[in-house]
Amino acid sequence: MSIRIENVSKNFSAFAALNQVSLEIRDGEFAALLGPSGSGKTTLLRIIAGLEVPESGEVWFGRKNVTEAAAASRGIGFVFQHYALFGHMTVAENIGFGLTVMPRASRPSKKDILLRTNELLDLVQLPGIGGRYPSELSGGQRQRVALARALARRPRILLLDEPFGALDAKVRRELRGALRTIHDELGLTSIFVTHDHEEAFTLADRVAILNHGQVEQFEKPKRIMQDPASDFVRSFLA
Amino acid sequence: MGMARTLIRNPSPLPGLGLSLGITIFWLSFIVLIPLSAVFIRSWGGGWDAFWAAAGTPRAIASYKLTFGAALGAAAVNALFGLLIAWVIVRYHFPGKRLFAALIDLPFALPTAVAGIALAALYADTGLIGAQLARLGLAVAYKPTGVVVALIFVGLPFVVRTVEPVLAEVSRETEEAALTLGASRWQTFARVIFPTIAPALATGFALAFARGAGEYGSVIFIAGNMPFESEIAPLLIVTQLEEYDFEGATAIAAVMLVVSFAILMVLNLLQHWQQRRSA
Amino acid sequence: MRRASHLREPAAIKALLTLVALAYVALMLLLPLGAVLSQAFADGWRGWLAAVTEPDARSAIRLTLLVAGISVPLNMIFGIAASWAISKYDFRGKSILITLIELPFSVSPVVSGLVFVLLFGAQGWFGGWLQQHDIEIIFALPGLVLATVFVTFPFVARQLIPLMTAQGRGDEEAALTLGASGWQTFWHVTLPNIRFGLLYGVLLCNARAMGEFGAVSVVSGHIRGETNTMPLHVEVLYNEYNFIAAFAVASLLALLAVVTLALKSALEWRYRAAIAARS
Repeated sequence: MSIRIENVSKNFSAFAALNQVSLEIRDGEFAALLGPSGSGKTTLLRIIAGLEVPESGEVWFGRKNVTEAAAASRGIGFVFQHYALFGHMTVAENIGFGLTVMPRASRPSKKDILLRTNELLDLVQLPGIGGRYPSELSGGQRQRVALARALARRPRILLLDEPFGALDAKVRRELRGALRTIHDELGLTSIFVTHDHEEAFTLADRVAILNHGQVEQFEKPKRIMQDPASDFVRSFLA
Repeated sequence: MGMARTLIRNPSPLPGLGLSLGITIFWLSFIVLIPLSAVFIRSWGGGWDAFWAAAGTPRAIASYKLTFGAALGAAAVNALFGLLIAWVIVRYHFPGKRLFAALIDLPFALPTAVAGIALAALYADTGLIGAQLARLGLAVAYKPTGVVVALIFVGLPFVVRTVEPVLAEVSRETEEAALTLGASRWQTFARVIFPTIAPALATGFALAFARGAGEYGSVIFIAGNMPFESEIAPLLIVTQLEEYDFEGATAIAAVMLVVSFAILMVLNLLQHWQQRRSA
Repeated sequence: MRRASHLREPAAIKALLTLVALAYVALMLLLPLGAVLSQAFADGWRGWLAAVTEPDARSAIRLTLLVAGISVPLNMIFGIAASWAISKYDFRGKSILITLIELPFSVSPVVSGLVFVLLFGAQGWFGGWLQQHDIEIIFALPGLVLATVFVTFPFVARQLIPLMTAQGRGDEEAALTLGASGWQTFWHVTLPNIRFGLLYGVLLCNARAMGEFGAVSVVSGHIRGETNTMPLHVEVLYNEYNFIAAFAVASLLALLAVVTLALKSALEWRYRAAIAARS
């Protein structure tokens, strides 16, 4: 499902986090939001997720205006930097959570939830750990579980906020590969936020470079490297 | 301090272990351990039958029922309102919040006898609250309900102060995760926030219960103190001491101590539960 | 400005919860405090002054200050020694030691007094020997001090143990390598590091010491003008239906509570990190 952002602005007190940002992400695309801290990349992702509301501008998913829609109803999956797993639930309960909070009429049966949970654990290559608690897992395992949890309700859009930020280099590389594979297999439209340009360039189809609440350039990695659109982009990549 | 040396795991270059541990163990033994053991030695002197003859009189049993029943009831009320107050302090902003938060500790700072006479004055049928309740046909002062009211007063800060820090640490990310997974605000509270703070709430409940079960000063002015009806166990200890019934007083004290130790064990288990939850 | 409402309750629920919390605290905590003051001044300023300056009241105030003046420094020394031993060294049985130090908090105040009657009372283990040597403990100052030390035993240690554990022993080791002696290290390095935490613990310890009722009630004997502390004097006056005098003396204790709360809050706001070690 395509994502269209039109003239979105957002202020925190006097400080403009986003200033008239427009961006269009194609159906099935894997996009990265790249920029230094304070550039507005995380705010933009949270506006797409419905965790923040913009002061002006619109967000469209396909042919639907979702600017005012609640996060719960947008049909997105969100992966947080610090995993945000529920400590009192097992891995299986965490993954199944999104299904168990559905209205009774549309909620899958316990058996179906279990099947779906196991399917997702296989997908993130952690079969058989459903009975464990998050505190018993490594950082990389936790983020895989968080990814599985975000996918449980079959979202068409996957949003990731610095998903590898808290992990060491080796685990990062493994997870990057796994994420790209899952994105392609499920035909998702994905956006991830990062401040690491190597990560953005190796993983994403197109990279949006943000600075001071504005998009400086949104192109394929190769194009950006060959032809940086501004002095900022040039110095940021150096 | 030869004994202390053999217990040390890692020798430290800091001097003063012998002195500080010596003071600690001496003072702990002299003030706490030896006096407390006197209760058990005195009450077990005549064996189980003699103990139970003193600790299990109908009057004593009526006082246990009132003491522990009222402490349970008050702890339950405090769990409910303590959670509400902790929630309001952690989550909301309103004018005078600092004063409000500081006031919660009043029962810790206000001497129990002062609380006792103040509550008795308020809830007597001539008092500000008692007169209103009397119109509805409710009597609180000089009745078992009065005991519950006093224990609600002394126990409130325990729940607020144990729940508050844990509630403050429920991360924004965790709540947002529930939201992006489709949970409503109520589902987020019931299924994510509440289970996270449940161990702390249970700890606060147990602390309020323990405090309530042993409480004396704030209760005796408002309770009426009728044997079999509104007489709490600590008061029965005092009464029997005044009548030179040492065996009776000591036996009841032993029962109270056993309950205290049981609560301590429960609190320890709760702490482990709490630690496992914080992933 | 539009804001995301996802992590907030609807404004109406928020207002309702806040109002319920405020009303509950006003009813349960503020009203009793107000009742003490209004009753204390029911006969005007002169009645209050007469009640707090009559000889028995003055003797009760003196005794309360004396008991606290002895008990608090004792527990301060103990608290520092215990936290030094526990936080600066590794030894077996540390967690049991901490549990035992906190034990007095879960013992009923009445039992806390009773244990000393069992040891030093006329019927107690050492009663005969004490009588032969003409030493008075129970129904005298030493008994009041012992009971007060028991109930306030954990306050200072409990505040300092987590603080000093978090601070570690790096500063002390550095001082030692620079040639300071053990005592110099303690006075010039450790004590400045813990001074606000110590003050905080002493403040709470003092409030409890001056306000303690149940434990001292058992060991005091209620001899007017001699062994009655302020809380006990309040009880005597109240039971004589001398309500205005009872509330007048109680108002002094209430003032102590309010001052304690104010200082405590001030310390928490200004020196949060220097008081409590939070992970």
